[in-house]
Amino acid sequence: MSERMSIIVFSGTVDKLMAASILATGGAAMGLEVEVFLTTWGLEAFRKDGYKTNARISKDYEDYAPIMMEQMKAKKVPSWMDNFKSAQEIGDVKVYACSMTMELFDMKLTDLEPIVEDVTGVASFVERAKDSKTTLFI
Amino acid sequence: MSTDITINKEIDARGSFCPGPLMELIRGIKVLPVGGVLAVLSGDPGSAKDIPAWIQKAKHEYLGAFPEQGYTRFVVRKAH
Repeated sequence: MSERMSIIVFSGTVDKLMAASILATGGAAMGLEVEVFLTTWGLEAFRKDGYKTNARISKDYEDYAPIMMEQMKAKKVPSWMDNFKSAQEIGDVKVYACSMTMELFDMKLTDLEPIVEDVTGVASFVERAKDSKTTLFI
Repeated sequence: MSTDITINKEIDARGSFCPGPLMELIRGIKVLPVGGVLAVLSGDPGSAKDIPAWIQKAKHEYLGAFPEQGYTRFVVRKAH
């Protein structure tokens, strides 16, 4: 079995989604099996086309939001969604949605970006994550 | 750089940020025939460690990093 990396994406702000997507890319590049578990605001950010207009950044740094967005545009930095897609292209990256959040926000799998493969519960995620070399909560 | 390496394909990843140049290299390697030599130009300081680490992990042959003005040319031979 190949080594695994688990990432819990709780946050829906661009700064943290960017970090999560780049770490997933690194894991995929280095041959790890990457599992991404989307919950709460992290899952909300994966609503279809939502990433195209999401300009939120962490509250602590909200004064940086305009300059960060501007710089990302000027330097043609790929979006965090593009990063997740490229990670999937080069490696084994699975993206799962938290079933509890799905119910809370009245979501269906078809409301989400196609990169989200399936819905899962926390127990099965933890069952797989316990064998990970790395588990991150972002 | 030394002239005894023939580069079959060169990808210009300048202006692309971590992990962009590495991603370009991985994509480039995929479509290269075995034995082919690929060069990637990168201005990202992370590439100096990331690219050799990936090449070692993926078991290709690292032919070196050749500094140019404001960027580096990373050269790899596809081993399998």
